[in-house]
Amino acid sequence: MKISSGTIRLIIPAASLALLLAAVFYMQPRAMSYTGLNLLFNLAVPIALATVAQMLIMAVNDLDLSMGTFVSFCACVAATFLQSSPAIGVLILLGAIAAYAAIGVVIHIRELPSIVVTLGMSFVWGGLAVLILPSPGGEAPGWTRWLMTSRPPFVPMAIVASVVIAVVTHFLIMRSSVGVLIRGVGGNVRSVERAGWSVIRIRAGTYALAGFFAVLSGIALVGLTTSADANIALRYTLLSIAGVILGGGEFVGGKVSPIGAVIGALTLTLAGSFLSFMRISPDWQIGAQGAILIVVLALRLFLNRLEKREKSR
Amino acid sequence: MNSARILFSKPWIWSFAATVIVWVVTVLFTGGASSLGLSQAALTFAAFSVIVGIGQMFVITLGPGNIDLSVPATMTLSGTLALKLMDVQDSMIVVGLLVSILLGFAIGIGNYVLIKLLRIPPIIATLSMSFIIQSTAIWTNRGLRIKPPEVLANFTTSSLFGIPNIAIVALILSGIAWVLLEKTIYGRWISAIGQSTFAARMTGIPVDGTRLVTYILCAILASICGYLLASFSGGAALNMGSEYLLMSIAVVVIGGTAVAGGNSNIPGIWGASLFMFLVVSMLNTYGFGAGFRLILTGIIIIAVILVAGGRRANR
Amino acid sequence: MPGVCRTTNDVSRMNDVTARPEVVAARGIKVTFGAVKALDGADLVIHAGECVGLVGHNGAGKSTIVNVINGGLTPHAGDISYGGNVGQHGISAARANGVRCVFQELSLCPNLIVNENARIMHAELAGWNWRAKALALVERQLREIFPGHGIDCDSTVDDLSIAERQMVEIAISFAGLHDRPKLVILDEPTSSLDAGLAAQLMAYIRRFVGEGGSVLLISHILGEILSTSDRIVVMKDGRVVADRPASEFSTRTLVEAMGNVVREKEWLRSSDKRGGTAALSMPARRGHGLPFEAHRGEMIGLAGLGGHGQTEMLLDLYLSRNGNWWPARKGEIAFVAGDRSLNGTFPLWSILNNLSIASLGNLSSRSIVDQGRETSLGDGWKKRIEIRTPDMENRILSLSGGNQQKVLFARALATTAGIVLMDDPMRGVDVGTKQEVYEILRSEAANGRTFIWYSTEMDEIRLCDRVYVFREGSIVAELVGNEITEQNVLAASFSGGEAA
Repeated sequence: MKISSGTIRLIIPAASLALLLAAVFYMQPRAMSYTGLNLLFNLAVPIALATVAQMLIMAVNDLDLSMGTFVSFCACVAATFLQSSPAIGVLILLGAIAAYAAIGVVIHIRELPSIVVTLGMSFVWGGLAVLILPSPGGEAPGWTRWLMTSRPPFVPMAIVASVVIAVVTHFLIMRSSVGVLIRGVGGNVRSVERAGWSVIRIRAGTYALAGFFAVLSGIALVGLTTSADANIALRYTLLSIAGVILGGGEFVGGKVSPIGAVIGALTLTLAGSFLSFMRISPDWQIGAQGAILIVVLALRLFLNRLEKREKSR
Repeated sequence: MNSARILFSKPWIWSFAATVIVWVVTVLFTGGASSLGLSQAALTFAAFSVIVGIGQMFVITLGPGNIDLSVPATMTLSGTLALKLMDVQDSMIVVGLLVSILLGFAIGIGNYVLIKLLRIPPIIATLSMSFIIQSTAIWTNRGLRIKPPEVLANFTTSSLFGIPNIAIVALILSGIAWVLLEKTIYGRWISAIGQSTFAARMTGIPVDGTRLVTYILCAILASICGYLLASFSGGAALNMGSEYLLMSIAVVVIGGTAVAGGNSNIPGIWGASLFMFLVVSMLNTYGFGAGFRLILTGIIIIAVILVAGGRRANR
Repeated sequence: MPGVCRTTNDVSRMNDVTARPEVVAARGIKVTFGAVKALDGADLVIHAGECVGLVGHNGAGKSTIVNVINGGLTPHAGDISYGGNVGQHGISAARANGVRCVFQELSLCPNLIVNENARIMHAELAGWNWRAKALALVERQLREIFPGHGIDCDSTVDDLSIAERQMVEIAISFAGLHDRPKLVILDEPTSSLDAGLAAQLMAYIRRFVGEGGSVLLISHILGEILSTSDRIVVMKDGRVVADRPASEFSTRTLVEAMGNVVREKEWLRSSDKRGGTAALSMPARRGHGLPFEAHRGEMIGLAGLGGHGQTEMLLDLYLSRNGNWWPARKGEIAFVAGDRSLNGTFPLWSILNNLSIASLGNLSSRSIVDQGRETSLGDGWKKRIEIRTPDMENRILSLSGGNQQKVLFARALATTAGIVLMDDPMRGVDVGTKQEVYEILRSEAANGRTFIWYSTEMDEIRLCDRVYVFREGSIVAELVGNEITEQNVLAASFSGGEAA
């Protein structure tokens, strides 16, 4: 049976996750339990959602440098308006999604570099977040708190949610006819345009969808942390990009994988826990994260080479 | 008439126009009292953005995907290391500078080795690298705040004929960079690589060598900037580089350098750097809170890009 | 061309056809790009059930009128109507009226699977089982056009060869879920196909036309145009200069109509230049076949079917003698690209900068480029190779394709390199330009330059002193002097016996 190149691209991230998990279990056998897994992957859900959002943007050959501040902003809205007056909160979040669509339109019409526009937007979202919550505070809406801390039988919530996110986005982006258009724009805009599609609409839709997932990420994050602050998710920008890349996605050419992105997010989450189990001095925690990133990418390169050699044979 | 048209076809003119407007608006508010101080402060702080911005611009010129995210970490490590080495002794100033430059050299090589060896996009390679550099800086720093040598501190904070010394240093570096970019073979090479790497390779350009040099150049400029900034602000701080991550990219793009690569310009970096500082100080003057300041900064960045980008689209 | 049955009463067939309804009519179309008149009052009418051949030089306006018909370009003057209805224009209008286009450059999404590409081209492929529908659609159409194709429709386009991609694109364009297309525009559809596949396509075009469809066929292979079209439209300088039944043309009259009378000059081959040490050599490729050798002043042709390792060898030759980390001390080898947009031009630059980039080492002192010397180099080559531009400071993209190619030639010839590699550089270049460049190549070879020339055109192979024929990645035959004939080249390209 022939294995599609998409499946091959998934093997590497999955293997790195398994390896990391095995290492963690080896060092800390107690982690091999319901509670242990829950602790390990606790923060994975918002990161996975943000990674999926980033992946959508990357599918149309753009890059969102405002992901971190946007998720922070959404978390702030969720911890304040969404909690106190849900109607207004929902309206604000819908407005934010519309803003994302508008950014997509502007980037497309004026042929602007997405990196720069989203760089500008990161200031805007950051400023709005500061306006809403000048100091850390707020309170998570009860239902998100309930959802994020619920304890389904056998498998912890974080893992259930990650699987659901992976499956839903896989169908949306890899299998549905709309997903084909999104990836088509990344692969060859001109051919999509010549086939009579409105690329503006596709791009706007993609951005809106990304905004939607980022909003979910913010809500999920607040559900976990119970309160918010304006800088709560700043590192999500880089985490989400790294997650997509770890998951086998590419910066250009519409080559993305939602399942891979979720796995990438899980790997990054696990890397943090792994380092604390290793009792690495806090000085070197960040550096070790960099090193892990490098090792995983080296592994991926090695396996890719192997695959290529197989192919040419 | 004709010269006006040539002037307006330059991509950097917009950042300068915006700078002048913001300057005038700010000065008007204070009734002209602050114009000298404001200009000096603007030149000083812009100079730091200019130095890192030039390095980032060279990298961005190499074409899509080329970006150096290790700039802030490099600045921090360079500042920390240099101050620790100089240990408040005036005699060590030159040694400190040389070590800084050497450090930049090493980081540049490290960055490119990662890019080349792992075949990963520069954005991820330099990001991973920056984690490691940042950790090294934390480890070196140990929370100690060492003062810069007095002569160096005085040099960085004083001015010559009303122009801050830092700005003069930045101006000299810009001049060198301009010659490098406009007049030398190397400048042609990076522009060619930025437009089409394969075509550049097939005309005999040593692509990897040129890219390596460019990443080294960027890291060295970041190192020098870190050295100067740490001396200027009386000591290195672990977060001293952080704002320069976005800033170095923002000034390059607002300055009119094509993000798609192959086309760069140095005057624009100055315009954009001055503009970025003046916007913040204008908002401060008008008494806006941090939130509004951030929002307006973002909106202005986008507005400037919309105007400048429109010009580029008409090309 | 096999598979095409020509009737004797072509003229009466023509009359039948003109009585049929118009599918597309473009009348009095004018399009200008800046100062350049791309179309200057061109008329093109296509009726149901006919295949129209469209020929002309580069810059004659073929691509422009295609873009007007498919809605990608709005003309500055003139009317365009689909099925007799004036007033609607644009890509969607064209598609709604059954106009499909296969472009010269491949325009599939390389990251998508074949059937996903079908979904991009056919908006009506939607709903729950769209994948199955798309797969069936593409597979059926591929079988119909290219029987025995062997393409796996579940593979990513990236994993297909160039010929397979072209086949897929053609199949997707001819396919229709509910309605079949009324007009399919094929712009150089056989550029990557071998003779067998091209014949299958031409045969299918005739069947498609016979069933009432229309085809607009653009090809530089006049044989294809002559044998497949009902009617041939010749364009020149943005106008239609001839529009007659195909039977009234021959290769000679077509070329004449295009405006360049080409008299095949038999050019005297210089005496055998082999002897002494080789200027360039390479052992047998992949361990079998013949080794490669080139001597000073030789013009060596690399022949064989397209994609059989010629380009790879040129790249190997070039890259092995050119550092990626350090500039070559003295450039001994230069390269002329065939695919201009991929590995030739630097689009942001002026013509002059594009020309001088390979010889900057000789134009500068202490790494600083001497602009005076650069300008005089540019002016010299502008005259010598006749680059048609008012100013060498203009952007390279302001030139027509043929002139851009001349700049690439000048770039290589302006260097001091003794060896020039050419990767099918005349692809899509008009006849006039070709002749001008041939002259210069000859004189340069006489001055002692070595040319290694991969070409897909027999006429060019015949110009060479010595020819290596490639098959399946290695050299299978060496032809010298009078042995270089089409028959010998073909025999070597196809022969199934022992290679070495």
